[in-house]
Amino acid sequence: MSGAASTLIAAAPREGVRHMLTPAAWAALPEALVLEPGLALLALWAEPGFIHAAFFDEPAPALLLASAPVAEARYPALSPARPGAMRFERMVRDLWGMEAVGGDDRPWLDHGRWAVIAPMSARPMPNTAPPLEPRFLPVEGEGVHQIPVGPVHAGIIEPGHFRFHVQGETVVRLEALLGYTHKGTLGLMLGRSPRAAARFAARLSGDSTVAHAFAFARAAEAAIGTAPPPRAIALRGAMAELERIHNHLNDFGFICNDASFAWIHARCATLREGLLRATRLAFGHRLMMDAIIPGGVAQDLAPQGAEALLAALDAISDELPAIGRVYDTHASLQDRVVATGVLDPTLVARFGAGGYVGRASARGFDARTALPYPPYDTLPPVVPVLTTGDVDGRARIRRMELPESIRLARTLIERLPEGELVSPLPQRAGEGVAMVEGFRGECLAWLRLDDGGLIRGVFLRDPSWLHWPLLEAAVRDNIVADFPLINKSINASYSGVDL
Amino acid sequence: MPFPRMLFPRLIRALLSHPVTAPAPDVPPDTIAALGARLDAAARGRLGRSLAIRSVDAGSCNACELEANALQNPVYDLERFGLRFVASPRHADVLLVTGPLTTNMREALLHTYAAMPAPKWVVAAGDCAIDGGVFKGSYAVEGGAGSALPVDLVIPGCPPTPEQFLEGLLAILEAEARQ
Ligand code: SF4
Repeated sequence: MSGAASTLIAAAPREGVRHMLTPAAWAALPEALVLEPGLALLALWAEPGFIHAAFFDEPAPALLLASAPVAEARYPALSPARPGAMRFERMVRDLWGMEAVGGDDRPWLDHGRWAVIAPMSARPMPNTAPPLEPRFLPVEGEGVHQIPVGPVHAGIIEPGHFRFHVQGETVVRLEALLGYTHKGTLGLMLGRSPRAAARFAARLSGDSTVAHAFAFARAAEAAIGTAPPPRAIALRGAMAELERIHNHLNDFGFICNDASFAWIHARCATLREGLLRATRLAFGHRLMMDAIIPGGVAQDLAPQGAEALLAALDAISDELPAIGRVYDTHASLQDRVVATGVLDPTLVARFGAGGYVGRASARGFDARTALPYPPYDTLPPVVPVLTTGDVDGRARIRRMELPESIRLARTLIERLPEGELVSPLPQRAGEGVAMVEGFRGECLAWLRLDDGGLIRGVFLRDPSWLHWPLLEAAVRDNIVADFPLINKSINASYSGVDL
Repeated sequence: MPFPRMLFPRLIRALLSHPVTAPAPDVPPDTIAALGARLDAAARGRLGRSLAIRSVDAGSCNACELEANALQNPVYDLERFGLRFVASPRHADVLLVTGPLTTNMREALLHTYAAMPAPKWVVAAGDCAIDGGVFKGSYAVEGGAGSALPVDLVIPGCPPTPEQFLEGLLAILEAEARQ
């Protein structure tokens, strides 16, 4: 503990994995956070009557969770000290009906269309009002006009609304309105056993199904006090790296495609398809959905699985250098990606953003090295960091991570320990939290179990929470035509934050 | 424009190697017959042997989109069958719906459907789009594409594999071709 905020939190008595602050201590938190800029906010969520926040305390290094009772559905906002808290606060307002005093009071997930208000609160009220008109921040200046886009977009992508304020060709402000894919995932997890609820974690954001299922399983195992067997640990690590590889290939290809360079896209897509055919053979599912369960893994690697996976990884390794050379030597491509959508390292640090967004802007955080967990405690990855913060930087981070993930996956598959696949999960009360590095960045899972071993409180946090506001910053002062490219370089999940 | 030197050996190798494209999946005859019964002769003539598809994510977890997107990769190469994804619903014959249909997406889905010219098909792809899937019963979910639109074809799976997607879309093409 080194700073004002972490000292304030740690001084409060522990309850489960959290420190229970008094309302007065929580009220002092924003000021303390200003004095300790290094304490990164990971998530903010609630339960009826309580507000929770998760931080990463780098010097410790440890996760630091703070809670406080909330009276009369109002609590002091953290967003004045941590801009990344703002979207969380709007979400807490919509789901639990608690207002962040000093924050943004506009709705976020709630478009005024659900039959109830504050569906996660102790007593949801029926909603009788007509749907809400969204409010966007005003922009002043001569010749400013608006371009509304979505929720239905031109491609095969997730729905969301983007409101551009444009002056000529230049974006003055972009504001996203999300919530279109809100499925009530957290509510559906309540009252279920961790095993039954794992299917929802696996479907928070389908492209990160392994990472979220991994984080959720680790949180459940921590709550119950059990550990998965060594073979399951190695298989989890292999799956997490395979997921990183197929998504990085996808993203890298799509970024090039948005810069009108279809050849790289076609090659990356073909290599990715080869990998997904191997994962299907190895794990019975192309995206490895539901393969990780609390306690271990759902099934063993199929007989020819290892061979198929290694062959697919070899094919990728063989072709990556050639793809990289084409990327590096084409001026038309470089012209589009270099110095486009720049995210300043200072801003990225203020948000505490992770994944390729952080690592392209000098923030070297990676959950696998920041807070090592099995199998990375014995197999640490080398984490690349760049400082350019542009589309090129974010594309390059993915490119640099590919060989490293291939190395890790190959090592894990080749040295797979023998033994059990799953440990027993006794039904008992407990609370757990875990952080796992997905392809986008760190995925956090928290849950609280009652005496019967059923979920009483849960939160799943996708790294996209902090990437969305940074997309808005990255687009500013760029031309409208570069938006798809910048957006693809960040590739935030809609479903992951819509919950 | 300087042609990339390294592309030449690759092009030559590609000419000598096998195509990466996978063969088309077989389509079950009863699916074709059932679809054919839903389409009148006049509509058949107008649609011809190609289909323009407008995909709408009605609140999916995004895995269904990953697999729908994979249809466009060189291995499945959807366009060789006369199938293509289009940006505007005004150009579309098929509305491909994924996701459980969230309450927040209902209006946008209805607008998209209304903007499509008749004759038009609605395909519910993925377990969520069929009946809400695992999200059935949530306050925020309507319970599948069928709760807002007349569904012609369902493609099961969580998510459906690209082969399953292709099988369904080819079934529509076949149904149209049989007078
Ligand atoms: S069917 Fe499965 S993969 Fe598709 S949206 Fe639903 S949960 Fe995701």
